[in-house]
Amino acid sequence: MKFVKTLAIAAVSAVGFATMVQAADIKPAVIYDMGGKFDKSFNEGVYNGVKKFTDETGIEVMEFEVTNETQREQAMRRMAERGATVILGVGFAQADAIAKVAAEYPDKQFSIIDVSWLDAPNLRQYSFKEHEGSYLVGVAAALASETGKVGFVGGMDIPLIRKFACGYVGGVKAANGNADVYQNMTGTTPSAWNDPAKGAELAKSQIDRGADVVYHAAGGTGLGVIQAAADAGKLAIGVDSNQNGLAPGSVLTSMLKRVDVAAYETFKDAMDGKFTSGLQALGIAEGGVDWALDENNASLITADIKAAVEQARKDILSGAVSVHNYESTSSCPY
Amino acid sequence: MADLWIQFLLTLDATLRVAIPLILCAMAGLFSERSGIIDISLEGKMLMAAFAAGTLAALTGSAIAGLVGAILVSVMFSLIHGFACITHKGNQVISGLAINILASGLTVTLGIAIFAKGGQTPMLSREARFSSIELPFAEAAGAIPFIGPIYKEIISGHNILVWCALIAVWLTGFVIFKTAFGLRLRAVGEKPEAVDTAGISVSGLRYRAVIIAGILCGIAGAYLSIAHGAGFVREMTAGKGYIALAALIFGNWRPVPALAACLMFGFLDAVAARLQGVEVPVIGQIPTDLILVLPYVLTVVLLAGFIGKATPPRAIGRPYVKER
Repeated sequence: MKFVKTLAIAAVSAVGFATMVQAADIKPAVIYDMGGKFDKSFNEGVYNGVKKFTDETGIEVMEFEVTNETQREQAMRRMAERGATVILGVGFAQADAIAKVAAEYPDKQFSIIDVSWLDAPNLRQYSFKEHEGSYLVGVAAALASETGKVGFVGGMDIPLIRKFACGYVGGVKAANGNADVYQNMTGTTPSAWNDPAKGAELAKSQIDRGADVVYHAAGGTGLGVIQAAADAGKLAIGVDSNQNGLAPGSVLTSMLKRVDVAAYETFKDAMDGKFTSGLQALGIAEGGVDWALDENNASLITADIKAAVEQARKDILSGAVSVHNYESTSSCPY
Repeated sequence: MADLWIQFLLTLDATLRVAIPLILCAMAGLFSERSGIIDISLEGKMLMAAFAAGTLAALTGSAIAGLVGAILVSVMFSLIHGFACITHKGNQVISGLAINILASGLTVTLGIAIFAKGGQTPMLSREARFSSIELPFAEAAGAIPFIGPIYKEIISGHNILVWCALIAVWLTGFVIFKTAFGLRLRAVGEKPEAVDTAGISVSGLRYRAVIIAGILCGIAGAYLSIAHGAGFVREMTAGKGYIALAALIFGNWRPVPALAACLMFGFLDAVAARLQGVEVPVIGQIPTDLILVLPYVLTVVLLAGFIGKATPPRAIGRPYVKER
């Protein structure tokens, strides 16, 4: 009996050892940012990518959800101490934390989404070609507009948001050279991301001036934009995740940022030993940005709009159209 | 020209919409501070109320339930503030600050626990909000040149809470200056000893004042999340409580001047929204930053000398202690 028991223990530990050896190759960790992993937006996108990775490979990913600003750095360091080999940070707010922790643990791999300005030999950064996605929804906006006037509401006035605006203007002007684009930024402090009342006011001011499609790149402020457009019987365009369902029939489409692709790629590359540092820019070609088409906006997207947007996407893919990136020149030529 | 006139009226209309939470909060602060209790917690109470309104409206689908819940939650926080500063004679600024911090954290935490959407509530449907009321003949009146649009754009098309706020200003003035309760309230903020000598409870009056402040803040919060907006978003008050406090000081703790100050802040906000990216003759396009900073610059300029000396209630910030 005792022999059987020993054998059983040996077998269990052997199995355990085997999986440990396999898992020792990679031990991934992800730090979600404020909002949590089911925020129906940015973090949830990352979660979907992480889930896909776990489903495919069977490797568990350690997770932490930041609930206040001071936890970011601590959480990252704790993950590194607990033996994580590859750590994924979510969002530009974690940039400072990851730069610090990556320097402290040079033998570990780090990756961060929505950051492009850091530089470390063990850090991969993902940025998105938001200008390309914004161009697509700009084409849709111009064709859906009856007045020839469309609007854009940005959150905090930073180059990243100007990049959205510039790509959008490019798309609008490509589809309708005479169109007017009204642009508003909500503010210059981080509170500009969470001021739906102001977002609604800005959208209303644009609608008063004749705009009938308003695109937002403003986080929580954008909910006010969508609501104001819906209240006035006009159209809004969502951003980051698919927001078509927020006000069905009033959201023309959404500019999708496929953060799940970045999350999945980080861990997959780390597992396959293909992890590289440096900057990865995901555009239409890489499946990083796209426009949303589902049952909520099917009735709004006419065959003409669909054809034009698909054509624009093909043109960008083939290089026939190159959308200007605001961040490269700090100016917008459109 | 007619077009410019319409634009101007639309700006005034936006002014009113933006100023409503400020007006309600300023009146709330007026009651509290006239009774001698500093109320920095306007911001926190409004945030809690906005959250309660958004949550209840989302869960029940009824805007009235949202409003009632908002008022109750806000009054509860008022009572906490009162308990700390009236009953326990604590520091009023610190108590207010604590409520603001508590509200900021609690709303997000509860929001994540209930809806798991990063501290937001779901977008509300039309039925779960106070929608705007089109007054009769608005369309017809709009056709009358020049004067017609005033009725159509500014007076018509507001939700019920806008009217509540305007009535609140009148009611505040009436209660504070024309009733016995108001007289005692002012006395308790100037010289609580005198009120006490007259045999009236100082604590009782101050509690009543902070409860009224709670009710008004509750309406302001509900306006943000279920009337003007369509759902709660974390930190959605965005400093409006503090601006209301500034307006109250501008207004020298009087209802109508405070209303004017709120409207001025609202007007600057509305103009800022409309001036961005517009070509102005001679100057050209005004940079965004300059426009966004305008309300604050004006605040400093006005505070520096264009309004008379602000004289707060004499006993403000001082807990009342009976002679030992």
